[in-house]
Amino acid sequence: MPRTLFDKIWNAHVVDRLEDGTCVLYIDRHLVHEVTSPQAFEGLRMAGRKVRRVENTIAVVDHNVPTDNDRLKGINEPESKLQIETLEHNVAEFGVPYFPISDTRQGIVHVVGPEQGISLPGMTIVCGDSHTSTHGALGALAFGIGTSEVEHVLATQTLLQKPAKNMLVRVDGKLHPGCSGKDIVLAIIGKIGTAGGTGHVIEFAGEAIRALDMAGRLTVCNMAIEAGARAGLIAPDETTFEYIKGRPFAPKGADFDAAVAYWKTLPSDEGAHYDKVVVLDAAEIEPQVTWGTNPEAVIPITGTVPDPAAEPDEVKRAQMQRMLTYMDLKAGQKIAGTKIDVVFIGSCTNSRIEDLRDAATVAKGRHVAPNVRVLVVPGSGLVKQQAEDEGLAKIFIDAGFEWREAGCSMCLGMNPDKLTPGQRCASTSNRNFEGRQGPGGRTHLLSPAMAAAAAVTGALTDVRELI
Amino acid sequence: MDKFTTLTAVAAPLNVANVDTDKIIPARFLKTIKRTGLGKSLFADMRYNEDGSEKPDFVLNREKYRHAQILVAGDNFGCGSSREHAPWALLDFGIRCVIAPSFADIFFNNCFKNGILPIALPEEVCETLMDDAALGTNARLTVDLERQVVMRPNGAEIAFNVDPFRKHCLLNGLDDIGLTLEHTAAIDAYEAKTPAWQPKIHGA
Repeated sequence: MPRTLFDKIWNAHVVDRLEDGTCVLYIDRHLVHEVTSPQAFEGLRMAGRKVRRVENTIAVVDHNVPTDNDRLKGINEPESKLQIETLEHNVAEFGVPYFPISDTRQGIVHVVGPEQGISLPGMTIVCGDSHTSTHGALGALAFGIGTSEVEHVLATQTLLQKPAKNMLVRVDGKLHPGCSGKDIVLAIIGKIGTAGGTGHVIEFAGEAIRALDMAGRLTVCNMAIEAGARAGLIAPDETTFEYIKGRPFAPKGADFDAAVAYWKTLPSDEGAHYDKVVVLDAAEIEPQVTWGTNPEAVIPITGTVPDPAAEPDEVKRAQMQRMLTYMDLKAGQKIAGTKIDVVFIGSCTNSRIEDLRDAATVAKGRHVAPNVRVLVVPGSGLVKQQAEDEGLAKIFIDAGFEWREAGCSMCLGMNPDKLTPGQRCASTSNRNFEGRQGPGGRTHLLSPAMAAAAAVTGALTDVRELI
Repeated sequence: MDKFTTLTAVAAPLNVANVDTDKIIPARFLKTIKRTGLGKSLFADMRYNEDGSEKPDFVLNREKYRHAQILVAGDNFGCGSSREHAPWALLDFGIRCVIAPSFADIFFNNCFKNGILPIALPEEVCETLMDDAALGTNARLTVDLERQVVMRPNGAEIAFNVDPFRKHCLLNGLDDIGLTLEHTAAIDAYEAKTPAWQPKIHGA
């Protein structure tokens, strides 16, 4: 029977099956960070258990860390400091490999995994973070788990799971200049909704997906969770193999060839069954921007803010009204031209070198608009280094943007980088929930190029006017 | 984990769709290294004003719902982040059961690991239960996991589905890890077949 990419990876990792169909699923890679792991290590300690496979595990600090240039002198916030120290104590006690902030390899866990060649095709990859779906861009089954499951993986290197359903999202045709993987995935979420993928693993396919570089693919899979999917997947191909080759933890020489031979067997078979299929035309996708407080509240930059009066469903209408009030927008207003206070370029969605190049192309020779603060936060110490070597950092600094150290930064309001109440932010991150970037903060999700366009004009702007 | 068998309690109505985990527990409260103590921060931004005073309109601030143990909520409850702090906060407040038309996958899963029963029921049934919940302390719901029914205040019963393995674990308060470790021989055998090309991670 023809099988999907998901079916193949799943079947290759079933260790045992329980009577009701629940599987003991083997986990190849476990990524650990400071926020969702302390209670898991404490659980191990209390039960006298060890980490079963430290060589399948990597720990990094990202959520809590400050991103200012003085951070190596110490962390001021006592709770953040305790959480980071707790992780450092735990990795030492249990022997887990770890990249501290003093290591140039430190960064956002979902940037570090692919960058280091730790995340590879065909693997099962988990992390106590919903954006683990990112790694699916390599053709790995990657999903977020809670802390109890973090403890379960640490102790057993497995999870108890039932298979998800298969969903295919095919994006045909070619993307217009000025559009990116971010616009594709926002358009997909706008179409299927924040629960459109619930219970499913979404495989992204089609000409426009194939044409994306790895950074674009990582962005698309990163936001699969924002469509409610358990995971996002893209079949591995030459782009994938080329990306992996030579990375520090990737297989080398004959091992690499053996790995590629296996990886080539992974793409979905002709005629494989999908429980749901959605098709989009890339040519119809314009630069996207969210207007509301969940990622499906998205419109093209040429669009207008929707009118709740046109929504027949009472609960949805009330929700739209609440969004407009929170976002301080009016039904029917053009989204372009909306003044912004802050721009955030970073996060596990858009902080890779390619994202920074996109932003720098727009920022080059221009200057930040008056009264706008711009944070550029590379996804890892290595991305930072590369951006400095390529001259991107200089472009940002000359444009009056802040050039910062690697971390989750202003994506989630857990570290010093936060919005203040009422501030409006053009953000390359993944969630525009109420208070996500700081209590009372207003978030517009968009691509790195669109973020840079907002930075230099001081308002939400169609980047195509600047390129 | 505490067992879940039957629960008779006040249900609080929260008729909002897409309640994300940032709403259930905002990120600034995730800096704890414990599982307990999060109940006071449950729904913090919906529940408190900026000065820390209570918003009187929020359901859990109303006298009759202060000790609610069941939450009846809108569609796609628990979407967003994987933070288990969301069920921990619900549990610490005293919520042992959430009823909604649908749940986000990771949140749904996390509930079972903490002795909370999430029940998905059709939209119109949830609306009925929402109406029952609006009666406050005058009307309690009973959730019987063994029989898989929710009993309304008028005695009518509503059947619900639950995964048999998860039901077994909840009824008996079982720790998953202990159960999985019974499969250690199979895990050993699986690991012995790991392809030679698969690299190992090291810190250096």
